[in-house]
Amino acid sequence: MTHIAQLAQQLDRIFVLAKHWLLGFVPSAAQPICSAILSVVPVILAFPLLFAITTWLERKGLGRMQNRYGPNRVGPCGILQPIADGIKSLTKEDIVPITADHAVHFLAPVLLVAASFMGFAVLPIGRNMVIANLNAGVLFFFAVGSLMELAVFMAGWSSRSKYSLLGAMRAIAQMISYEVPLVLASIVVIMQAGSLSTVAIVNMQATYTGIWPHWFVLTPWGFAGFVLFMVAATAESNRSPFDLPEGESEIIAGYYTEYSGFKFALFFMGEYIGMFATSGMAITLFLGGWSAPFSFLTWIPSYFWFFAKLLALIAVFIWVRGTLPRLRMDQLMNLAWEFMLPMTLLNLLTAGIWHFMPAGPSRWLVCSTMVAVPCILLSRGLKHKKKFQVHTYHYSE
Amino acid sequence: MILAVLTVAGTAAAMGLRNAVHCVLALTVGFAGVAALYLQLGAQFVGLTQIMVYVGAVAILAVFAIMMTHSPEPVKQPAFSSQWFVGSIVAASVFAVLAWEIRSGAAFTQGLPPQPYVTVQQIGDALMHHFILPLEIMGLLLTAALIGAVVIAMGHEEEMK
Repeated sequence: MTHIAQLAQQLDRIFVLAKHWLLGFVPSAAQPICSAILSVVPVILAFPLLFAITTWLERKGLGRMQNRYGPNRVGPCGILQPIADGIKSLTKEDIVPITADHAVHFLAPVLLVAASFMGFAVLPIGRNMVIANLNAGVLFFFAVGSLMELAVFMAGWSSRSKYSLLGAMRAIAQMISYEVPLVLASIVVIMQAGSLSTVAIVNMQATYTGIWPHWFVLTPWGFAGFVLFMVAATAESNRSPFDLPEGESEIIAGYYTEYSGFKFALFFMGEYIGMFATSGMAITLFLGGWSAPFSFLTWIPSYFWFFAKLLALIAVFIWVRGTLPRLRMDQLMNLAWEFMLPMTLLNLLTAGIWHFMPAGPSRWLVCSTMVAVPCILLSRGLKHKKKFQVHTYHYSE
Repeated sequence: MILAVLTVAGTAAAMGLRNAVHCVLALTVGFAGVAALYLQLGAQFVGLTQIMVYVGAVAILAVFAIMMTHSPEPVKQPAFSSQWFVGSIVAASVFAVLAWEIRSGAAFTQGLPPQPYVTVQQIGDALMHHFILPLEIMGLLLTAALIGAVVIAMGHEEEMK
């Protein structure tokens, strides 16, 4: 192997080698638990740091999209704004309503953050860099996601406030409705990969024909599945345009109205970390995990590609937030049940046909039409039910 | 052992607490304990599905039901009923019968078979080959339940109009 290739391989394995070197200092009886701690601590350090950077990126990005500057006072280009936000949220008074259910009110943000972080346990961040190589990794991820809904309910109910309760009911209805297309969109990948293990799914996508990778997003069913997964992921993390349960102009702040200071920061962090975990799962299932986009770029370390793809997806989230208007509750639910559920089921059928047809241009043609034509027909059909026309409002005669 | 204590404590709290929402949350802790027991026994699929279905769906269903029906103030009844002596005798006798049956069952007398390593693929194979009829019947049942729920909700909506 050439010198450059060896160097690239060493750079790729640098975290694994560092962990083994650190484990050498520990007596062998304590090695399993120290190995677990050494795997978990970098995740707990790296992703909140990414959260801080994302808050800055989001405010600057949204600002530029809305033709204003965004934060530019604290440090050059406002880069120290997350630190200022952190200090502010730590020093604010923790106000709990007197009629609130104190135990549940305290536990709700704790459960949300814990559930969000648990989702990272099955994401392969680099080659051989996964915290828990579970046989049913994807199932674990969705099971942990359903814990987040319980935390949302706990927050809304315990606050004993009408805004909180309404926001919590809307949020839970939204999260449950969008969990169905989310799971169905990922079942397509599981069908093709033949395994629920995230490591096996990424390893299947890490091979190349010529320069093109075998990412699942580069197939018709994979592309449709990816789009459906991302839309459902946006709704699962209550991000705009699906943020009616927490929109400031609609319902004050929804289920976290009565939270202040550090607990609010925990909710904020839990939501963003949940967004990162779901993006990470989209990267693992559809975008090839840690594999490079072209075969001549494999010398760049695998963890770099994972974070590059994660940042690209975060940029898309911020872009969509700045562009699309907020969906009303009934529009949101109609989208989930009337459009996304039939599309995911058709996608399943398409993936099945892809699997059984022989490789070649014919299966590309058949599967692309099977995905594109129902999408166009369904969206037009659903649009005709509601009459979109120009409204003219006369305010005075 | 710790998990067993957690599960029993959760379900006991679910029966003993006053606030209905606290009861459901304690029951959720009990569900999570059962899921952890499944995972400890090596049944990954069943354990994770237990979390997804029970904690994620059944608990939410229960809290929605309580939200829609109960008033938020806790009930004024005492936590232990007045017939607690007879109740404890009945509970102790049921426990004794169950424990005697389990002790004289096959697992204790003949020794445990080696633990099978069940993958999700094997579960899928079994569902599709051996248990295909129960699977189809359950699908039919779930479809009927879904249609029934939609019909009830739709009827309610027409009443409201």
